[in-house]
Amino acid sequence: MAASDAQNGVSSIRHAFGNVLAFFILLLIGVLAFSIRLFSVIKYESVIHEFDPYFNYRVTQFLTKNGIYDFWNWFDDRTWYPLGRVIGGTVYPGLTLTAGTLWWILNSLNIPLSVETVCVFTAPIFSAFASWATYLLTKEVKGAGAGLTAAVLLAMVPSYISRSVAGSYDNEAVAIFALIFTFYLYIKTLNTGSLFYATLNSIAYFYMVCSWGGYTFIINLIPMHVLLCIVTGRYSSRLYIAYAPLVVLGTLLASLVPVVGFNAVMTSEHFASFLVFIIIHVVALVYYIKGVLSPKMFKVAVALVVSVGLMLCYGGSTYSIGSIKPNKGMEWKKFKSVRSFLTSLLCDSTYASKYIPIIASVSEHQPPTWPSYFMDINVLAFLVPAGIIVRLMLVLAPAACILSGIALSQAFDVFTRSIKLQLPSLSDHSQVDAGVASPESVVPNDSVKMDKSEDTSKERTSKKSKKKEKEPVEKPLSKSQIKKRLLVLPLETSVIAIILLVLLGAFYVVHSVWAAAEAYSAPSIVLTSHSHDGLHVFDDFREAYAWLSHNTEVDDKVASWWDYGYQTTAMANRTVIVDNNTWNNTHIATVGTAMSSPEKAAWEIFHSLDVKYVLVVFGGLVGYPSDDINKFLWMVRIGGGVFPHIKEPDYLRDGQYRIDSMGTPTMLNCLMYKLSYYRFVETDGKAFDRVRRTEIGKKYFKLTHFEEVFTTHHWMVRIYKLKPPKNRIRGKTKKSKSKTSSKPASKRKGLKRNPF
Amino acid sequence: MKSGMMRSNLLLFIFPIVLAFVFLSSTVLSASDLILAKVDRRIDLTSQIVRITASLKVENAGSDVVSEILLSFPENQAKHLAYLKATLSEGKGKVKTSSGVGLPIEAIHPKDVPPALTIYSVSLPKGLGKGRSLTLDVLAVYTHILQPFPEKINQADIQLLLFQESAQYLSPYAVKAQSLTVKLPDARIESYSKLENAKLQGSELKYGPYENLPPFSFLPIVIHFENNQPFAVAKELVREIEISHWGNVQVTEHYDIIHAGAQSKGEFSRLDYQTKPYLRGASAFRHLVAKLPPRAHSVYYRDEIGNISTSSLWGDSKKTELEIEPRYPMFGGWKIAFTIGYGLPLQDFLFGLDGKRFLNITFGAPINELVIDNLFVKVVLPEGSKDISVSVPFPVKEWQETKISHLDIVGRPVVVLEKNNVVPEHNEHFQVYYKFNSLSMLREPLMLISGFFFLFVACIVYSHADISISKSSASYMAKLQWDEVQATIQQVHGIINRCLTAHDKLETSLHELSRTGDVQACKATRKSVDSSLKELSKELKQPLAFLQSSPQAAQILPKVEELVTKERELQEKLILKHTTAVEGYEKKLGGREIENRIASYQQKITALRREIDDLMDLIDEI
Repeated sequence: MAASDAQNGVSSIRHAFGNVLAFFILLLIGVLAFSIRLFSVIKYESVIHEFDPYFNYRVTQFLTKNGIYDFWNWFDDRTWYPLGRVIGGTVYPGLTLTAGTLWWILNSLNIPLSVETVCVFTAPIFSAFASWATYLLTKEVKGAGAGLTAAVLLAMVPSYISRSVAGSYDNEAVAIFALIFTFYLYIKTLNTGSLFYATLNSIAYFYMVCSWGGYTFIINLIPMHVLLCIVTGRYSSRLYIAYAPLVVLGTLLASLVPVVGFNAVMTSEHFASFLVFIIIHVVALVYYIKGVLSPKMFKVAVALVVSVGLMLCYGGSTYSIGSIKPNKGMEWKKFKSVRSFLTSLLCDSTYASKYIPIIASVSEHQPPTWPSYFMDINVLAFLVPAGIIVRLMLVLAPAACILSGIALSQAFDVFTRSIKLQLPSLSDHSQVDAGVASPESVVPNDSVKMDKSEDTSKERTSKKSKKKEKEPVEKPLSKSQIKKRLLVLPLETSVIAIILLVLLGAFYVVHSVWAAAEAYSAPSIVLTSHSHDGLHVFDDFREAYAWLSHNTEVDDKVASWWDYGYQTTAMANRTVIVDNNTWNNTHIATVGTAMSSPEKAAWEIFHSLDVKYVLVVFGGLVGYPSDDINKFLWMVRIGGGVFPHIKEPDYLRDGQYRIDSMGTPTMLNCLMYKLSYYRFVETDGKAFDRVRRTEIGKKYFKLTHFEEVFTTHHWMVRIYKLKPPKNRIRGKTKKSKSKTSSKPASKRKGLKRNPF
Repeated sequence: MKSGMMRSNLLLFIFPIVLAFVFLSSTVLSASDLILAKVDRRIDLTSQIVRITASLKVENAGSDVVSEILLSFPENQAKHLAYLKATLSEGKGKVKTSSGVGLPIEAIHPKDVPPALTIYSVSLPKGLGKGRSLTLDVLAVYTHILQPFPEKINQADIQLLLFQESAQYLSPYAVKAQSLTVKLPDARIESYSKLENAKLQGSELKYGPYENLPPFSFLPIVIHFENNQPFAVAKELVREIEISHWGNVQVTEHYDIIHAGAQSKGEFSRLDYQTKPYLRGASAFRHLVAKLPPRAHSVYYRDEIGNISTSSLWGDSKKTELEIEPRYPMFGGWKIAFTIGYGLPLQDFLFGLDGKRFLNITFGAPINELVIDNLFVKVVLPEGSKDISVSVPFPVKEWQETKISHLDIVGRPVVVLEKNNVVPEHNEHFQVYYKFNSLSMLREPLMLISGFFFLFVACIVYSHADISISKSSASYMAKLQWDEVQATIQQVHGIINRCLTAHDKLETSLHELSRTGDVQACKATRKSVDSSLKELSKELKQPLAFLQSSPQAAQILPKVEELVTKERELQEKLILKHTTAVEGYEKKLGGREIENRIASYQQKITALRREIDDLMDLIDEI
């Protein structure tokens, strides 16, 4: 007895030791997840990245400055001039509120960090949370070992890094955490049947709804799982507890988010959950009645209920189909995300590009290529037994990590066990000696020893589930061991396999670190290039924004293609016509039309929009490929989609987009061409465009309605000012103005009737 | 034609001033016996800041001892006057030992002086006796006194400036002899007032000498010249100097700069600026140089949208030079805002004196030739500083604030000094005295340590405490019971496991037997195993009884009972097998025969074993 007590003590110490070890491993995983995302800060600087994060940053600034109530009621007049935008009602507030709360807590603890710093580091912090959530989820599914492996994998999966490096202050950064955590709580509820966890699950779902439009992913996947469970006959009260509160509470909470509101019950994405909600109640009722009635009575009841139920379902479905509203009135961004989500699910991005050019023009909505698939999840691709290729890399990544975590930990488990079984010298167990073939054993080896070796493996890799760790050390041969023995592989094979696995893991780590350092760290507002005389920095965007912010009037309106809208409002603090929240296609089309029109027509459009400055991005001098000339066809397409006088073929020579001497006259006379190449020829005498690798078509021209007011150091951003209307034509414009103002909504029509 | 027009323009706005002085010269200030025997004036127009140095040789021709000397400035100069310093110059000839300490100066308003004149009075350290003379060096620094003309220029134009002065020294005293030298930048001189004895030598313009001038002589001159020096003016500069007793003085400077020269109009063409920077963009400045104290470290240069990468830093033991380039070239009227920050070693700037500490650091901005319209110097002292006093060599507005920074509780005292119209001459050291207890330094680390300590304690308490709300509720009791049942099952599980181990011992003893043939040892093993098994079965009784009594265990009880019976069966079979085998050996039967005999048992044993394993797993999973 004393001996057994001592053993129990040893095992509990070992158990505690395992826990502490697991805790420290998790801590290190968190540190890893955080620090691998700091490449951008170290290599560049602590700055907000790209486009959307600038908007989120601006909203956070507003929130921290004006408080939550002003935030909900914020009507932003700095964008979408003259329409404006109701920010509070059209934005997913999760990220902003999270960062705002973080900032508030830090400041109330007298740690005066700037809002920018908090925003920059929100994504890495939540990546650490996400990897911990992955641990919890995988542990709930498969055990602590698999959990730790999955957490490590998620901590550095490139696909997730791409959206959560420091400075990438975007919805996805917190949403992935929310997603994984919601799934964890769902599984936890399933496993425990506790209403407490069910409530937590609803709250986690609420957080997810707050954070990202991708919440539809959860509200479709969980019903699918529930349905599958019911179909395969695994209905239980725990399933009911896991699902029913989620739908009721979750939907109620979701509709509290202004941007979702009644969409939570009125749009098609949510119907699956309601349908399954009905089904699960029917099934629950059936189970109850089955328990109450005798088998004979039950059969009668089934017949009755099925017929009535079918009728009800039919009625209900016709009603719900009738109440589906078309999405037109919805916020465009959401529409876009949902649509892209659906289209990408269907692997059919041609649909979008055919009908809604603006969706297709977003690079995120292009179908991924194999290289990018490999790039994003790397070796995990081999470990995941699925081959769906959709642009859902981000959502796919956690799943891939969890599956690979399970696969890896199982593989290691098998291989290390085989090695340990076959290397008796590893063990110093002295109960019996080896050598005699035991009758039941296939492998002629010592069997009792494996307890010890198993325990060492527990310590070393924490691959054993907690439950098993509780078992006493002294454990005889059992069936599972026999089974394990049956699984034993030859020594050489296991060693080689382990080496290969380690190599694979190392390759994954190397790739992830490379991806984090090289591929995904660039903030995209600062560009660098390595030349023979060292690093060269292209900081033209901020140069232009700083110029706008300091040297123009506060209420001046700046027109640019929508890509630069968020940055202009956030960095230059000037009113823009369109921005990255592409909710109004017509407005964007107006700007697209202006850019594709000749100078005079463009001037009229811009003047009617009260624009004072026009900003274009031009990469021809230094070879920056994503400039406005390369995006120009989208402007033509989007503009032409609303204003039919803009025709794409007018800009194409034999179906080819060119700006050299073979370019069409329409192309060479449009505003975008002129603003981009104004006096470009004088730089080198030939006007050689380094992006298009050609000399431009029309080299010498003058601007009559615009004047250059600023061009950045590398010519990447050029800002033009609209010349004031000439005295001579004043009467004419007045007349046309009075005409347009006399008719309501004739501005757009007037544009449509544009003579060009 | 053009210049003619300009001249008439100039005359137009000089006229009222002249008028004022014609008017003034008739009035006579309080009779004074002082005579300025010799006045040498030098005007430096090479930068945007105008410095006029006048060396006055003052003689007392009267009989009374004079203890103060009056300096007069016309209104248009007085409102631009940023800095005025008078020093006594001793010695003769070229070897002048000018003592650095300025004499006290105050503005006075004598009744009989018209408002167009501002009078400053310089107090002499000791009175000037009859017939004695002394030399006074007066340095007056002006800002915003150079007027761009024309006011708006194109990118390609050069910047032309106007400067007005009096060729004769305006003084309440009679001047015996005076001369004026104007130093101009090495560039074009558009025009200057061509008086009788005006001479232009290279870039130096000389007026005079003039002799025997009555008090308040005035002879206006106007100079119109090119100057492309940076006209960097900080509309506002906030310098925050934060003292950390851990060894660092952190200086953060927020600049809000404008190019205050001629306004730029029309297009800005980067092409022109890049291809011919000195022709097309001469009036713009592209960089500023800041002279930081030696051993400055962690220098940064950024603005509100991030780091600005165009800067360079070099230094030696005497100074650190930081060249900063704004994000864009600064043309006339363009504005920019940025922040410079750097750390300085504490021991270079903080000293102790009589139990007090004092910070000794420069007042103005480190940037060369920068005019600051509004300067705020904020000295952030460590939390808990007391008895704060400030000593600044010139008048400033002063008040105190509190700043709450990292881990502060009551906040740090901040001394704010405000001064308008600051020029590089104000870069003098000032002192902030305060008392601070070194032990207070440990407060923040201790706070952190105790914070973490309490966090861990809270974790420990949480993990050891039972925080159920209701200890008597049914579900809580059920949970407790269930825990007990589980523990018991675990116990049963352990016992069965030990039984199985005992069985294994039997098996191994058989193997031993087959190898060595030592029947006695085998029997001994059996005996010991037998007894241990009996003990175990006794041990098993108590938990089984508990399980039978507990309602919570109703579900699991049949399985456990089945397990126990199966185990008994297995035990019997094993003993049987063992006995048979041992008997076989005793009878010296062949190995094959023994195996045949025990084969039937063996089958059953394997089957039972498997069943037991299944049951064990099942129970284990609960």
